[in-house]
Amino acid sequence: MIKAQNIVKSFEGRTVLKDISVEFGTGQTNLIIGRSGSGKTVLLKSLVGLHEVDEGSIFYDDVCFSTLDFRARKAIRKHVGMIFQGGALLDASTVEENVKLPLDLFTEQSEEEKRERVNLCLKRVNMEHAHHLYPSELSGGMVKRAAIARAIVMNPRYLFCDEPNSGLDPQTSIVIDNLISDITKEYNITTIINTHDMNSVMEIGEKIVFIYEGEKWWEGSKDDILHADNRELADFVFASAMAKRAKAAVK
Amino acid sequence: MLKLFESIGEYVLLMQKVFSRPEKMAIYRRRIMHEMEALGLNSIGLTAIISVFIGCAVTLQMAITLESPFIPKFMIGYATREVMILEFSSTVVALILAGKVGSNIASEIGTMRITEQIDALEIMGVNSASYLILPKIVATVFFFPFLAIFSMLIGISGGYGIAELTGIMNPVEYIDGLRYCFYPDEITYALTKMVFFAFFITSISAYCGYYAKGNSLEVGKASTKAVVISSIVIMICNLVLTQIIRT
Ligand SMILES: Nc1ncnc2c1ncn2[C@@H]1O[C@H](COP(=O)(O)OP(=O)(O)O)[C@@H](O)[C@H]1O
Ligand SMILES: [Mg+2]
Repeated sequence: MIKAQNIVKSFEGRTVLKDISVEFGTGQTNLIIGRSGSGKTVLLKSLVGLHEVDEGSIFYDDVCFSTLDFRARKAIRKHVGMIFQGGALLDASTVEENVKLPLDLFTEQSEEEKRERVNLCLKRVNMEHAHHLYPSELSGGMVKRAAIARAIVMNPRYLFCDEPNSGLDPQTSIVIDNLISDITKEYNITTIINTHDMNSVMEIGEKIVFIYEGEKWWEGSKDDILHADNRELADFVFASAMAKRAKAAVK
Repeated sequence: MLKLFESIGEYVLLMQKVFSRPEKMAIYRRRIMHEMEALGLNSIGLTAIISVFIGCAVTLQMAITLESPFIPKFMIGYATREVMILEFSSTVVALILAGKVGSNIASEIGTMRITEQIDALEIMGVNSASYLILPKIVATVFFFPFLAIFSMLIGISGGYGIAELTGIMNPVEYIDGLRYCFYPDEITYALTKMVFFAFFITSISAYCGYYAKGNSLEVGKASTKAVVISSIVIMICNLVLTQIIRT
């Protein structure tokens, strides 16, 4: 479980997150949705501590993360995996080296054990044949899958994903979404995903939080989202022409 | 002015992070070897080319300028040696390396910053500053003095070559000049300077890249800034060290 209490974050006098309180449950895919620029990435990065919040606190299960020092945070980070918007694989390393890095740095496993673990993770994301490719040689979908493999290699308890399917075609997007959702169930992870993609919402959303201009505007399940009585949310949900037509047809 | 002090403070804090205890020695050793190749070995060619040309040019210049019956010919060899060892092979080579290695470091680290690779390292719990920057500093501080020695040898040989080739002076006298009043301390002085230059080039460039934000334009600016600031610091450092060591 991850919980944020009244968090506020500003950059150079501009408040980007306005008093957000929200709770994300374990073993479910939590979605943060909102328009581009609404503050999703800032919220996600505040939750993992890449941005320091100005006010409020963040809890990882029962530990208050926001008051910990560097050392104590490092202990928690062993249980955190994150998938960045662009993948953020290290350019100078192969896929295998990228996935193996956390094991190299933080475990005492033998080369054999590490290789086995890396193979397992790469297999889980269907990347068995890409061990020795460099990030520049991968397609967009492969970059995301390699990033997922790296994020799960340490068996995380918390998984953060920033727009995991941005820049992907609709089919690949669904594959990535389902992959994340399946892994969440398999390992009982607390997963938080940022997205502006309504397909993801309908496909894998369990808990959904709608952010509007830095404020938490609405939260609920995907069944409620179509009927929510909230103009900004409806604008977002029914932004595409097809969705509008579908809604009109239902009426 | 306030901004300058802020930047210096930020730089000092970054260096503290860089020199905090490394994660795992074995990994650092591997990364240091890699950086020696990338930043050191790959600079040998450039160092050789500029050194040989400057060695030739200095010898020619000296031969023309010192054209006088009152000045013995061997002074040309002597002057070439002094120029190469005292200033060229340390200070000027460092300036050129600041252009090559400095911009390389700043753009590499800057790109890692804007593509969130540094964030990815931090999320894993890695001390990204130490992981990325320390191996580069160790590699250059160790390797650049060798480049300086190499540059001295090549430059002085270049002078000999041009003497032989053009017949502007007798090569035997050139060798006599090289031997004249030679103090090994001069080499120690040059290498000490190079150690400082290597540290400043690498750490300043890494700093510029590490705090880049925005897009590729900003990375370009960071890399320019890295070269400009390193060059200025090299010049100031050169004066200070000369004052301290040579007097
Ligand atoms: N490091 C930063 N410095 C200043 N402003 C920022 C920074 N990061 C994000 N912002 C601002 O915060 C707002 C929200 O950005 P972001 O969270 O990236 O939006 P999105 O919902 O598309 O992920 C934007 O207006 C952006 O300009
Ligand atoms: Mg974003």
